[in-house]
Amino acid sequence: MEKRSMGEHEYKAGVSRRSLLQASAGLVGGALLPAGLTMPAFAADHPAIGTYPAGSSGSTVFIGASVPRTGTYAVQGEDELKGYQLAVEHINEGHELIKKISPKTKKGVLGKELKLLVADSAAKPNEAVQAQQRFITENKVMMITGGTSSAVAVALNKLAQREKVLFVCGISGSNDTTGKDCVRYGVRQNFFGQTAAAAIAPVMIKQFGQNKKAAYMTPDYTYGHTVTKSMQDALAKAGWTTVTNQVSPLGAPDYSSYLLNIANSGADVLINVNWGHDAVLSIQQAKQFGVLDKMKLVVPYQVPFLARETGGLMEGVYAATEYWWTVEDKYPLAKMFNDTFEKKFGYKPEWGAENAYISFAHWARMVEEAGSFYPPDVIKTYEKGETIPSLMGDVHYRPEDHQCVRPVIIVKGKKAADMKNKEDFYDIVEIIPGEGLMQKPDAFGCKLGDYT
Amino acid sequence: MINWANFISQMFNGLVLGALLALISSGLTIIYGTLGVLNLAHGAMFMLGGYAGYVAFTYTHSFIIAIIVGSLFVMVVGVLIERVIIRHFYGRPDEDQLLVTFGISICLVELVRFTFGSQSLTVPPPSIFAGITSLGFMYYPTYRLALVGIVAVALLALFLVLYRTRIGMIVRAGIEDSVMVASLGINVYRVFAVVFGIGAMAAGFAGIVNAPVVSLTPDMGEAILVQTFVVVVIGGVGSFPGAILGGLIAGEIISITSMINPGYAYVMLFAAMTLVLVLRPHGLLGTQSRA
Repeated sequence: MEKRSMGEHEYKAGVSRRSLLQASAGLVGGALLPAGLTMPAFAADHPAIGTYPAGSSGSTVFIGASVPRTGTYAVQGEDELKGYQLAVEHINEGHELIKKISPKTKKGVLGKELKLLVADSAAKPNEAVQAQQRFITENKVMMITGGTSSAVAVALNKLAQREKVLFVCGISGSNDTTGKDCVRYGVRQNFFGQTAAAAIAPVMIKQFGQNKKAAYMTPDYTYGHTVTKSMQDALAKAGWTTVTNQVSPLGAPDYSSYLLNIANSGADVLINVNWGHDAVLSIQQAKQFGVLDKMKLVVPYQVPFLARETGGLMEGVYAATEYWWTVEDKYPLAKMFNDTFEKKFGYKPEWGAENAYISFAHWARMVEEAGSFYPPDVIKTYEKGETIPSLMGDVHYRPEDHQCVRPVIIVKGKKAADMKNKEDFYDIVEIIPGEGLMQKPDAFGCKLGDYT
Repeated sequence: MINWANFISQMFNGLVLGALLALISSGLTIIYGTLGVLNLAHGAMFMLGGYAGYVAFTYTHSFIIAIIVGSLFVMVVGVLIERVIIRHFYGRPDEDQLLVTFGISICLVELVRFTFGSQSLTVPPPSIFAGITSLGFMYYPTYRLALVGIVAVALLALFLVLYRTRIGMIVRAGIEDSVMVASLGINVYRVFAVVFGIGAMAAGFAGIVNAPVVSLTPDMGEAILVQTFVVVVIGGVGSFPGAILGGLIAGEIISITSMINPGYAYVMLFAAMTLVLVLRPHGLLGTQSRA
């Protein structure tokens, strides 16, 4: 008993010594700080939530990125990663381009240096979630990002809502990401199945006519199913029918059996929803099986690097995309982005990089506007739905489903002879404003959930 | 798309797919049968063959040279891996062997990714096999038709080595009972390096002859490895004829199922494997000694 009371005594004495030291240090520190810097707007104003305020109390703020660096979507993941890296670099140095998108940015975000943590998701939801959970627990990341596989995006949506850490979505084409699987803690900048279909269907009907027979190639997960459904719905209005839908697993090593079914289907148009290397391989094999000679190919959700990798097979092919570098003729910010990106990485950025860059720039803007990293405040700034700049003109985020309303580009593959340089793969047929392409906010069953 | 024309097309396509799977699987199965090592780097060998062939083709523009260089390169890599790493694992538990071959696989894949990047590369088919051939009931890529012949020749060569040579006899005896072979005074360990090299070469050869059909990516061996395991399990672990039978069955299952419902093609493949495991745990043509 005696020993224990001594221990307690010592403990109490220890506490009082530490409190005294802390109080003195606080007083001295307070006296040394200029008056204007003593009350930055955080911590004290808000209760702790998710990684806040722990993740933003130091001089650096971590962001967790899980992109596919291996597997079927590896090429696109690397492009995406480069976009993130450039955005972080620009934000930290207060680059001119970032200031045009986020005028309050000086250096860093609210004066704090950003650091990017990267993990390979291999386009697998469980690997992405594990990596991000580690970043949240160990590094107190203030924002998570990733995608390139909507399966990953949907999984990270759920993680973000549970952990109350904002998820700024990377490439994700599924309607579900801001539809039935939307969350309060997730936002998406890029175009998706519904807007792709609404943009490209009228072009297809104009080019190929009414009452055509379509064959689909669909990857077997949320992205594939929702994009195919949106295309079928959009084309049905002009009497188009589906003669076959070839569903295949992600990363299928061979498409011959699917292509034989398509070759025997009597379709007029092949709508290939496959993405990443799956799209490259299925298009190359479609050529080998003579399918591309029998029917027209359309790619409703164009894959970055598709034209480079298929070696001329995209010639004359219509595709919907998020970004193509020649939009720089119309948009000065796109030109600035292309130039800085190409200088650093040696090639024209594709839309994985563009989406990555602008998503981060928008997030930096929202945090600066909110004046705090406190997640509900940042989310509410997105939800104001203000018109803000992007690399392709003005855009806004819908408060109801956190989907950015942004244009969709229709491109057509150029003939090799018409290419002005080695990366001049597409003609831009049309740039279609986002407003008319969007579904009603509740059409895909979005219920955002709570702020806290 | 269920009609007779498509059914015959898919049957034929299944044969082509199956032939290739048979070739890759035969390499895996003779390595396991003889050495007792389940080689998880076999998919990487397939990929390596493709890339080695690609490099040879880029420099020489000869598909024949690409095949020779691709196959020999992978054989040499196989022998080196066996001599430097695998031989230290013969006496160790199965899980150690799985881990080390899995590790080798990751190293090879990442080495190729580091050298060539993730963007896919293509090797065109030889000009005499370019284009499409009409078979009456369907059109089929000419090179894929040629592939059946090429693979058949390769399998025949493998058959002759295994069944008509002294080393083949030792390998087959080793598969049946390696202890007995050793007690007859034959140093089976010396044969192991050769077997590992031949097994790797089969995968490497398949990698390069398959290159004009697919496009090369560092990850291409992964999906093939899984299918190869299914083939070996169906056919019988360690059995060369089993690998051929299993390959053809797997090819037909994928093709025929995809005609009825493409979403179930790979599900049916695994269902078939499960069925075989339940009814004949040693595979269709497997023996009890190794399995």
